[in-house]
Amino acid sequence: MEKTVRILNEEGLHARPAGLFVKKASEFVSTVEVRANGMAKNGKSIMALMSLGLAKDAEITITAKGADASAAVEALVDLVAKKFQL
Amino acid sequence: MNLHGKSASHGIVVGRVRLVQTTALLIDQSSVQNVDAEIARFRACIAKAKIGLEAVRDRALKNLGADKAAIFDAHLLILEDPELVDTTVEIVGSRKLNALAAFDEVARQAAAMFEAMDNEYMRERAADVRDVADRVLRQLAGVAVTDLSEIQDEVVLVCRDLAPSETAAMNPQKILGILTDLGGKTSHTAIVARTLEIPAVLGLRRITEVVTNGDWIAFDGETGEVVVNPDDATRAVFLEKQKIEKREKLELMTLVGQSNTSADGRVTQIVANIGSPEDLPGVRKYDAAGVGLYRTEFLFMDRTEAPSEEEQFQAYKAVLEGLAPLPVTIRTLDVGGDKPLAYLDIGHEDNPFLGYRAIRYCLEHPEILRTQFRAMLRASAFGNLRIMFPMIASLEELLAAKEHLEAVRKELVASGVKIADHVPVGVMIEIPSAAIISDILAQHCEFLSIGTNDLIQYTVAVDRLNERVQNLYDPFHPAVLRLMRTVIENAHKFGRKTSVCGEMGGSEAHLPLLLGMGLDEFSMAPTSILRSRRQLSGWTMKEAEALRDEVMKQSRSADIESILMQAEARKRNDLKGRPST
Repeated sequence: MEKTVRILNEEGLHARPAGLFVKKASEFVSTVEVRANGMAKNGKSIMALMSLGLAKDAEITITAKGADASAAVEALVDLVAKKFQL
Repeated sequence: MNLHGKSASHGIVVGRVRLVQTTALLIDQSSVQNVDAEIARFRACIAKAKIGLEAVRDRALKNLGADKAAIFDAHLLILEDPELVDTTVEIVGSRKLNALAAFDEVARQAAAMFEAMDNEYMRERAADVRDVADRVLRQLAGVAVTDLSEIQDEVVLVCRDLAPSETAAMNPQKILGILTDLGGKTSHTAIVARTLEIPAVLGLRRITEVVTNGDWIAFDGETGEVVVNPDDATRAVFLEKQKIEKREKLELMTLVGQSNTSADGRVTQIVANIGSPEDLPGVRKYDAAGVGLYRTEFLFMDRTEAPSEEEQFQAYKAVLEGLAPLPVTIRTLDVGGDKPLAYLDIGHEDNPFLGYRAIRYCLEHPEILRTQFRAMLRASAFGNLRIMFPMIASLEELLAAKEHLEAVRKELVASGVKIADHVPVGVMIEIPSAAIISDILAQHCEFLSIGTNDLIQYTVAVDRLNERVQNLYDPFHPAVLRLMRTVIENAHKFGRKTSVCGEMGGSEAHLPLLLGMGLDEFSMAPTSILRSRRQLSGWTMKEAEALRDEVMKQSRSADIESILMQAEARKRNDLKGRPST
């Protein structure tokens, strides 16, 4: 299960949005991977996500593998699309 | 022994030293026999560090607010980050390396990775990784984590520098003052010290080398003067200053909630000058009637690129929403002169104060101005916004700036963004040409605000940063006072209000004179507000106008200065003992 989404919030993947992403991803048992700029990173690691250095308008592909994979991808795409507003 | 550092947070302190030494950890590369036990020990240390960090976060939430506490949520995620934890476990397992050395290696790599990133924000995150890693390393090494929350006696904290998690953990009631080797006025420690109103002198370079625990120390957070083990006479001087300061503060606090009116009931606004949303607690505490000058340049300083629209929006919104319905006057970017910014590419100038700065720069870089307008107007939906332009010298500049503002307003309205129905626009009067044509400017804007620091330097042609001509920089010069009177009268002719937001706005000596001139608003540092309120309450308009007439008759600034100083001192003494009504 994978989907591509564009980052819309102004500050990009800074600590706060990256933290929210990790918290959301960690609610699922599936593994979560985020790909961007030719790199693939663990979606449950705040440091790995921030190391992608993603700014506004960057596209990321979210892949999940496991029992709740499709729910995980949907929830994370939704979070990014809503500019990380809870 | 006397030391001198950078003033970071005002106040007089006499107290005993608590030296907080960060002892270096000894990390050896020894291997372990029982790998499983070592991994279990590592996980237990992470869990303990987590408990400590959660306490820091909760305390930050309570003392510093949700904004500043948010970073510790990120710290908690870093603490349990699989990249750190799993990699460490793997190294302990595969190389039989002790967990302390393994974790140190992994954390260093992570910090180095952030340091190598080409974005300043991300580079700064290396400090967060080190701050978190240090907690875990100390647990693993069995060395106590410096926990400032455990301090039970009232002490003066002396340390090399303070990490964000350390300042957040402090119990502000127990910390009388802060002295550090490193840091300056805009450092994290300085900002927190001011927020918590703990006096602080930073950048003392070697204070940690010259004091030991239990030493006595006396210091003045305003002058930056620090005396280690003061003799009895010096100590008495500091204690006396402290007593006066405390008594006056208490007296002044009784004025909170009272109105800003003269003795005969003329209402005048006393508002605050601020530089960021972090100044809001002071604005509230000292009961400002709003913000007369929000200097946006601080948002643009100490960074490598201009702040985004979103970042500006968040800052402006925080202030507007936080103070609604009180008015907040935001000044557009005032850079150049004594405030150069590397990324704005202003270049070297022989006469920066007469050069490419403030509105002059912004009108040639409309993208910066328009981004600022977008952020301000979006924020206007959350409070009572007013906008003013710095360094206006001609009507053409004012009209050009207003055109950009109007264009941005139309764009936002067209795209359905909610903004305030009306945002008053004002002009800062800082250049003599603007003061002289203030009648013209007043017809094209809704308020005038006199920036006295620049108005003085341009009127008497004195670079206010050039020490050799400092004695000529003269806030009592009759030419300056005549210009100010002209501005106020011109504004009133067209029904516009006038504010003073430079140093003179908070000067008690100038207050009755400006009141006599009919000034409508005084804008000043929040800590000066109550003092000005007290001074204001002692004057009737008739007295203030008589003082104005006497002053305006004088030919020499020295005579003006002594008339005003005497009048102010006389009034202050009358007012001091008087019970507040």
